[in-house]
Amino acid sequence: MPSMRDIKRRKNSIQSTQQITKAMKLVSTVKLQRAKSRAERSHTYFEYMYQTVVNILERSGYMEHPYMKAGEGGKKAVIAITSNRGLAGGYNSNIAKLVDSQEWDKKDVVVYAIGKKGRDMLKRRGYEVLSDESEMINEPLFSDAQELCDKLLNDFSEGRISEIYLAYTHFRNTVSHVPTMLKLLPVNMQEAAEKSEIDATPESKALMNYEPEEVEALNMIIPKYVTSLIYGALVEAVASENGARMQAMDSATSNAEEMIGSLELQYNRARQGHITQELTEIIGGAEALSS
Amino acid sequence: MADNTFKLRIISPERMFYEGEVVMLECRTTEGEIGILKNHVPLTAVLAPGVAKIREADSEVKAALISGFIEILQDEVTVLAEIAEWPDEIDVKRAEEARIRAERRLAEKAAHTNLARASLALQRSIARIEAAKK
Repeated sequence: MPSMRDIKRRKNSIQSTQQITKAMKLVSTVKLQRAKSRAERSHTYFEYMYQTVVNILERSGYMEHPYMKAGEGGKKAVIAITSNRGLAGGYNSNIAKLVDSQEWDKKDVVVYAIGKKGRDMLKRRGYEVLSDESEMINEPLFSDAQELCDKLLNDFSEGRISEIYLAYTHFRNTVSHVPTMLKLLPVNMQEAAEKSEIDATPESKALMNYEPEEVEALNMIIPKYVTSLIYGALVEAVASENGARMQAMDSATSNAEEMIGSLELQYNRARQGHITQELTEIIGGAEALSS
Repeated sequence: MADNTFKLRIISPERMFYEGEVVMLECRTTEGEIGILKNHVPLTAVLAPGVAKIREADSEVKAALISGFIEILQDEVTVLAEIAEWPDEIDVKRAEEARIRAERRLAEKAAHTNLARASLALQRSIARIEAAKK
């Protein structure tokens, strides 16, 4: 049986850990709210962006366009968005698992990492990490997404990479975050067309004019589309990260509570045992004297 | 007055930049300057860096719109701007510096500078300076 002092020391240490997890939970709650409202504000933009791109794609039909077909021989690029800091439950390892579970050969994949945790995890799993933009996840800016997009499209048009994927955590609501793999390029025509059947209003697209011509407009709009997807993923990933951390810290705090409870019990029992022992010793001593 | 207005929405990734009933919108596209009144023909155009003038029923506001595109439907106009700024949000000094830098880069024509990029930077800074002018 551990001594009273040991139990007390243990209890104190758990208590101070609990204070830390509690504080971290509060911090991530506040950050989550900020990230959430940011994600919501930018949502309209992506909705419109998506609709416009789908409309244009539908009108211009299945044409030959460099952004529409996979290049040959190049590698597959994966943008893996994770966090810089841990203690967020399965948030980071879920992304690494997601990348790992795809049906591709590790040798054909290059990783554009955003977030130190994911970068290290994927490196350990044997992926080639081509670039590291971990700073941008702290405070994602639209221009960050633009820069990354420029770099990717450049690599794409020069044939170094043939496909671009985006691995991020979709923020469904405060408690549910889904690791998602999204194909950015080449644009999946079938998928886009399927979705557009629901979205597009026939009268609006029949009349629409384009300035410049569709093909040229596509050249300008697709990079913007990719950029906005990347930015959207960044913003959602930040919200998910804080949501995941909040949950993890919440359960850590309640676990600590439980442990403190059982240690308290142990401590009281040890104290009682100690008192009983002392009493027996005194009585024993007194009896020995009197006899 | 009320029947010659249309609904205008300017959306940037960070926020809903502008929403309201307007009489006319003037902005710059890659094909040139356009002015949009009610019942414009449906059009999708790509924006070039420039000053947008938004004329409401009895006032006019200016804003710098930098890249993005505009979708014009019968009675509704939506601008998706990657960067949209009100005049009082613009740092004129910084824009001025950016203009000088871009001009210098264009003048040098060094092999390693990206001319398209430099001229875009120049357009951006000019748009900002113009928008900030009273």
